[in-house]
Amino acid sequence: MSTTGMLAAAGGSTPSIPAPHIEYGQLSPMLVVFGAAVAGILVEAFVPRRYRHWTQVSLALAGLIGSFVAVVVLAAQGYGSTKVDLLAMESVALDGPALFLQGVILLAAVVAVLTYAERKLEPKAGGLPADAFAAQAAATPGGEQERAALRAGFATSEVFPLTMFAVGGMLLFPAANDLLTMFVALEVFSLPLYLLCALARRRRLLSQEAAVKYFLLGAFASAFFLFGTALLYGYAGSVKLGDISDVISGKAMTTPALLSTTQNDALLLIGLAMLAVGLLFKVGAVPFHSWIPDVYQGAPTPVTGFMAAATKVAAFGAFLRLFYVAFPGLRLDWRPVLWGVAILTMVVGAVLAVTQQDVKRLLAYSSIAHAGFILTGVIATNKQGLSSVLFYLLSYSFVTLGAFAVVTLVRDSKGEATHLSSWAGLGRRSPLVAAVFALFLLAFAGIPLTSGFTGKFAVFQAAAAGGATPLVVVGVLSSAVAAFFYIRVIVLMFFSDPKPGGPTVAIPSAFTATAIGAGVLVTLGLGLLPQYFLDLASKAALFVR
Amino acid sequence: MNSLIPLLVAAPLAGAALLLLGGRALDRFGHWLATALAALSFGFGLALFSDMLGREAEHRAITKHLFSWIPVNGFQADISFRLDQLSMTFVLLITGVGTLIHLYSVGYMAHDERRRRFFAYLNLFLAAMLLLVVADNYLLLYFGWEGVGLASYLLIGFWQHKPSAATAAKKAFIVNRVGDMGLSIAIMLMFVEFGSFSFEPILGSAGTVGGAAQASEGKLTAIGLMLLLAACGKSAQVPLQSWLGDAMEGPTPVSALIHAATMVTAGVYLITRSSAIFDLAPDAQTAVVVVGAVTLLFGAIVGCAKDDIKKALAGSTMSQIGYMVLAAGLGPIGYAFAIMHLVTHGFFKAGLFLGAGSVMHGMNDEVDMRHYGGLRKHMPVTFVTFGLGYLAIIGFPGLSGFFSKDKIIEAAFAKGGTEGWILGLCALVGAAVTAFYMTRVMLLTFFGEKRWQPDADGNAPHPHESPKTMTIPMVLLAFGSVFAGGLFAYNGSFLTWLEPVTGHSEGDSPLAPLVVTLLTTACMLAGVAVSYLMYGRSAVPVVPPVGSPLTRAARRDLLQDDFNHAVLVRPGSALTAALVYFDSRGLDGFVNGLAATIGGISGRLRRVQNGFVRSYALSMFGGTLVLVATTLLMRSV
Repeated sequence: MSTTGMLAAAGGSTPSIPAPHIEYGQLSPMLVVFGAAVAGILVEAFVPRRYRHWTQVSLALAGLIGSFVAVVVLAAQGYGSTKVDLLAMESVALDGPALFLQGVILLAAVVAVLTYAERKLEPKAGGLPADAFAAQAAATPGGEQERAALRAGFATSEVFPLTMFAVGGMLLFPAANDLLTMFVALEVFSLPLYLLCALARRRRLLSQEAAVKYFLLGAFASAFFLFGTALLYGYAGSVKLGDISDVISGKAMTTPALLSTTQNDALLLIGLAMLAVGLLFKVGAVPFHSWIPDVYQGAPTPVTGFMAAATKVAAFGAFLRLFYVAFPGLRLDWRPVLWGVAILTMVVGAVLAVTQQDVKRLLAYSSIAHAGFILTGVIATNKQGLSSVLFYLLSYSFVTLGAFAVVTLVRDSKGEATHLSSWAGLGRRSPLVAAVFALFLLAFAGIPLTSGFTGKFAVFQAAAAGGATPLVVVGVLSSAVAAFFYIRVIVLMFFSDPKPGGPTVAIPSAFTATAIGAGVLVTLGLGLLPQYFLDLASKAALFVR
Repeated sequence: MNSLIPLLVAAPLAGAALLLLGGRALDRFGHWLATALAALSFGFGLALFSDMLGREAEHRAITKHLFSWIPVNGFQADISFRLDQLSMTFVLLITGVGTLIHLYSVGYMAHDERRRRFFAYLNLFLAAMLLLVVADNYLLLYFGWEGVGLASYLLIGFWQHKPSAATAAKKAFIVNRVGDMGLSIAIMLMFVEFGSFSFEPILGSAGTVGGAAQASEGKLTAIGLMLLLAACGKSAQVPLQSWLGDAMEGPTPVSALIHAATMVTAGVYLITRSSAIFDLAPDAQTAVVVVGAVTLLFGAIVGCAKDDIKKALAGSTMSQIGYMVLAAGLGPIGYAFAIMHLVTHGFFKAGLFLGAGSVMHGMNDEVDMRHYGGLRKHMPVTFVTFGLGYLAIIGFPGLSGFFSKDKIIEAAFAKGGTEGWILGLCALVGAAVTAFYMTRVMLLTFFGEKRWQPDADGNAPHPHESPKTMTIPMVLLAFGSVFAGGLFAYNGSFLTWLEPVTGHSEGDSPLAPLVVTLLTTACMLAGVAVSYLMYGRSAVPVVPPVGSPLTRAARRDLLQDDFNHAVLVRPGSALTAALVYFDSRGLDGFVNGLAATIGGISGRLRRVQNGFVRSYALSMFGGTLVLVATTLLMRSV
């Protein structure tokens, strides 16, 4: 596998570029989603305004479900368990982790699209039902143009194709088998997310600020990733993960043209660290986490839920592939560094969440702490670690989506009431909603009989088996700190007196109800009967090389 | 026939479940359902009894294994039952008296809006008590033991709206807890020593030798003392007697059934059932007789001073159970007589309590005997039945109490030596005091001038006879009070009946039985005479006189609560306060300090999150530098 199209081109021996061989069937999960995204753009152009919402919702759901079916079909053909493949000139991997995570991303995206489609929570604007997104994204907040757009009942239904592009990128990210494809995927899913963050209907300025921050910092992190890619190419003479691994282990010789730089360990190590920075930024690990609270708070809540769930899955997928496929030979170099990052992430996430007063920021810090917990599984560097991370991502994404979906329901006259003080006594007024949120919080805290417990137990067990016992101790202690603030919210909801004039719980349409229901179902299902999914994750835990 | 044994327990248990879960639909006839199930259980008991009589004395014990609850290697917890002559006696007493009291309660509780719940608890009590006496192992016995404790708690506090009733229920529960600890420790010791909970491997039976026969005396003494502690709690013996007087806060049928006739005798059952252990542990036996002798005097003295009719009877109950415990502590000389007195006491004391309830029923729930007087004309049936119970308890020749108490006093002398003399004299004195206070109760209630007055609301009581549902049980119990003793004593029939289970030996009495009988009767007559001189000849003051220091102490239950307060409650409170101090300052201080520290760190760290994207970028850049540097450093180390 050392001589492939790109190296041949670099050698310059043949003038003609051979047409790449594309396995459309095996790539269909991504192709369907991208196809739906493109179709969505066409819908924006050609379908009359009043049909757009429903067309977009149906199209997005159809695309996602079609793609999920493709994933299932591939899995049923034995991909990921009995056979693996490299696609599109070895730039895309088709193996267990890729398929598993693509499935998780697609399911999370379905749930997210359901929350996007909700139009019963916001009061009608201009006589038309309104969703969580800005009437006209380009209008100045508070300006005349915005008021006109509101009066006219405009809606930014582009969120659906944008989300589909993001999903497409996310599907590619954990499957990318070379650094350049990985980078392209990173950008493909990041750019739509930057836009989506800016589209909140309420608190427009906060939303736009969040988007700009996310974009600036995201670009900064992407730059690190790209630098890392360049340095590694300089070291190994290839951007393919398998080739890099071979060069590191000394199995493959390098190209003579690059003799002056190859096997320079400084290039390798600095490149490795920079790639790690790019990915650690996306998963929200400390000290690359500072964007998360601001962006999670400012973004429209359905988008926050989607980002928190799907981005994390995709980024950890790429993280795993990079460190398990390209750098297993450097384990001794990167493990201590990741130890430090994981410890910092768990501790800082948990400690900072203690004093948060805004429920979205609270969940943001909780997501940081969870990134730390997942990192402990990554650091295990064994099969168990891999499967436990896969399982954790599955369980975590549904809890997160559900929790943010509940946040959209608790509202006052200014939209969502996210300040914790207004959640006091919610359990008295809306016992069902409060109970569901309490369930999600318990799952976050890792209380038994919820999926959170099973996931946490699995990663900690794997980490302990992988010789990272101190990490597990820190993890358990951080969980104890984290349990404090989760349970504080439960106490607030059930044991405090409701404030007069506090928020009300809006009755959602079937969309959000289904999304929350799916969250509850998965949370309880993976908590009570986790074995099937643990087995599935275990079967999927093998990377193609 | 064996399969009838579980049904004994199941019938009232089903009643309790039905009544508790059935809801209001059962309000109209629930009490009759409960009574019918109690009667059904009695019917099962009678069937089993006739079946048992049809077999040879050695083959009368039957067992029924229902299922294994925890069938683990080395730990067998079985749900299995054993019915022998001892259990049979209790079954008949419990179901028989229990059914009568159910019937009585139909009238007594007619106007209580929570009547259905009351009957559910009564049925629950019956089930638990039957389980206690037919259990084939100590673990199941313990289950029943706790069950009757629960039922007792629920029924003492049945009128929970009265703070005094709620407090009394808690007091009974807590004091019993001390005894229950004793039983659980005894069971654990037995399991460690004998590797089993079942009666047969521990106690042995006809033809087999139990583990107790091989165990060392020290261990048996320890087990015996723990069993005695348990008995003290359940049977209100000194030093765990303090709850019984307060337990009279419960409805009167409860006092009659649970706190006179059946539950409080469970301690005597436990000691008698464990005779194989006590017989080989003389020190534990000595402790038992001491407890019995002390309690019989203690209860009698308390009974002399109480003006509350139920509390006077409660003191009497304590004293009579003291007799039983004394007899049980005498070993094979006394076991059968302990049980015999237990049964006769069950009849006459239940009858006395029902009589007291009937009096209260007619007197607007007045309990102070100084406000009664001359009631014999207004309540003839109550007067006659109560009077027969009275004659029985003081041991009037020919009535039940005469035979059973006389046998116990004889047995006490038969213990031999100085010990025998001391115990015998205690028992004789007790008989005299019993006659005194019971005569007092009788005189204050039914004789003399009427002393009742309008209550605070101006309602003058109109004493009247109680309805049939109440008088019929009283009449039936009066029959028991009169004839049971004679029947049991005739030809030693009760002794012969129980002997296969408890064994019997005659002992070595320094006095001829006839002498003892004459002495007992003389003491009894002396007590009656003194009482008559004090209360029958002159008018009784409505307001109690100040009285001697002893009287005042006896009115306060011989300072039992003051003693408990000074010796147990105050040091206990001090210890608790110290622990709370340590907990709040030491442990909580650490925990709170930790929480405050984390909160403080969190507040500091928050400031880093200042919202400026340039700071964020800088922190990322710094982080990258550290990451790169560390990675490079790791390689060079």
